[in-house]
Amino acid sequence: MPTPPDRTDDAPATAPARRWRLPGGRQLVIGVPYLWLLVFFLLPFAIVARISFAEMDGIRVTDLLTFEDGVLRLMLDFGNYAFLLQDALYVQTYLASLQYAAATTLLCLLIGYPFAYFMARARPSLQITLLMLVMLPFWTSFLLRVFAWRGLLGENGLVAEWMVALGLDQVLYQFGLIGAPGRLLHTPFSLVLGMTYTYLPFMILPLYGALAKMDMRLLEAAADLGATPWSAFWRITVPLSKAGIIAGSMLVFIPCVGEFVIPELLGGPETLMIGRVLWDEFFANNDWPMASAVAVVVVLLVIVPIALFHKYQAQAQERRT
Amino acid sequence: MKFRLATPPAFNRWFGRSWLLLGFLFLYVPIVSLVVYSFNDSPIPNVWRGFTLRWYAELLQDEEMLAGVWLSLKIAFLTACGSVVLGTLAAFALVKYRRFKGRTVFSGMVSAPLVMPEVVVGLSLLLMLVSIQRMVGFPERGVTTIWLGHLLLGLAYATVVIQARLQTLNPQLEEAAMDLGARPGQVFWLVTLPLIAQSLVSAWLLTFTISFDDVVITAFLSGPGSTTMPLVIFSRARLGLDPSVYAMATVIVVVVAVGVVAATYLIARTERQRLLEMKAARRP
Repeated sequence: MPTPPDRTDDAPATAPARRWRLPGGRQLVIGVPYLWLLVFFLLPFAIVARISFAEMDGIRVTDLLTFEDGVLRLMLDFGNYAFLLQDALYVQTYLASLQYAAATTLLCLLIGYPFAYFMARARPSLQITLLMLVMLPFWTSFLLRVFAWRGLLGENGLVAEWMVALGLDQVLYQFGLIGAPGRLLHTPFSLVLGMTYTYLPFMILPLYGALAKMDMRLLEAAADLGATPWSAFWRITVPLSKAGIIAGSMLVFIPCVGEFVIPELLGGPETLMIGRVLWDEFFANNDWPMASAVAVVVVLLVIVPIALFHKYQAQAQERRT
Repeated sequence: MKFRLATPPAFNRWFGRSWLLLGFLFLYVPIVSLVVYSFNDSPIPNVWRGFTLRWYAELLQDEEMLAGVWLSLKIAFLTACGSVVLGTLAAFALVKYRRFKGRTVFSGMVSAPLVMPEVVVGLSLLLMLVSIQRMVGFPERGVTTIWLGHLLLGLAYATVVIQARLQTLNPQLEEAAMDLGARPGQVFWLVTLPLIAQSLVSAWLLTFTISFDDVVITAFLSGPGSTTMPLVIFSRARLGLDPSVYAMATVIVVVVAVGVVAATYLIARTERQRLLEMKAARRP
């Protein structure tokens, strides 16, 4: 352990300068995780961006900078990006990924908001149990829970049979969400259902956090001032839970855009998503530059939502301290 | 507390309860179905043909799966330990030091892996590790590379959990200790650490399960001979419904359910204990 800093410097008696130190000091506390993230998070992105401008040369990736006969050459191959933009399949896949992610986010919000609302209004003793019940699926393997839907929606599956008995498959078919009545698995419907199911707790928890700490006296005040309960809900409760809505939506939307496991297990041939395309470019075609270009585009697609998410999270933390 | 809801109370209570009930049904039916069908005496798992334990007997013989479970447990253990250490440092950096150079970049990098699509994280880490390997000859793809990838996710989750606890910490406790002559090191080990111990345990458990469950990052970073349990399950699941997966799932569900219920109970009890002690300490 490095020598502890001189105690007389930051003696707590001088109240305003009460910043105290860990063993090893400030540099170590900030430096270690900072360096770690630079090396294992930021640097890899730089490498991906670099490779996306290269091409495959056998099993190697070509160098961008070459030095030959006294000439320094910079070769940037925009071919991958040009291909991504021109090929209709890629463009469709990007749009479809965004659409499925948006549909999932909307469904999670529609199911999750009332859910979190009633949770936050339950008896306090009950709330801990309810919260645990929401978290419990999150602790059990997500892969296995997605896998379970294959059994439930597939041929002879329990949920599939209920839905056919209730005629719900006809409704879905009318809306074009399944290819044929009675076939529920490997359709846009099963894909969005699986994603909604997986990400619902990520929506409920931030919403619950925002709704549970709301000051109920505000609603009383609104009622005293003549607001109907309905308008008080829209003009007080919903705006106060805005941070929770945004955090939850981003926590659902962003990972859904690049989701791989759920489209692979529950999606079908017509539900191509960008995560699967990236996977295939890398594992099936061994085309690293192409896979990198796809990854760069995915990052560009989600960078604005990520910034939004980060802003609201930082704000929420500032408020807590 | 008196408050009014958007609709008449009776309707509201009825509607709220059914909404919660339906929501929990949605969350739990798939899990229950895994458990039920794991006892199904039929090669087609979702057609009930009577009770059997034979899938569990087969699971015990299933060397590929057992090796995967063992490997996953090892990686998850290492990930959880590393994540808690790094996460504690990162959380301290963010909570205790309000200002330092590049704080915005730092807090962005900490929380980005929470939402960043895993295919992107997996691919970028792999490409970097491969470039390093070509330059210096290591690391070979395997347990170490998987661990590095999981640590990235684990660091993000651990930081969020520990940070939340640090923020609610009363700084007066640490100041009091320093007034009484404790060195900063002693303050950390004797005052701060016991106070945040619970969040360290939660962070450890959370990062353990995240690592134990991860498919995508693992698939990118694993090499020959490092097939974890999720990779085994995933490759079997792609082929179709496999009764062995149901049995494995049931084992995991039971372990997790018992663990989470016990942990919640213990945490609630120590929390009550702590509040009682604090109350007793405040009494003149």
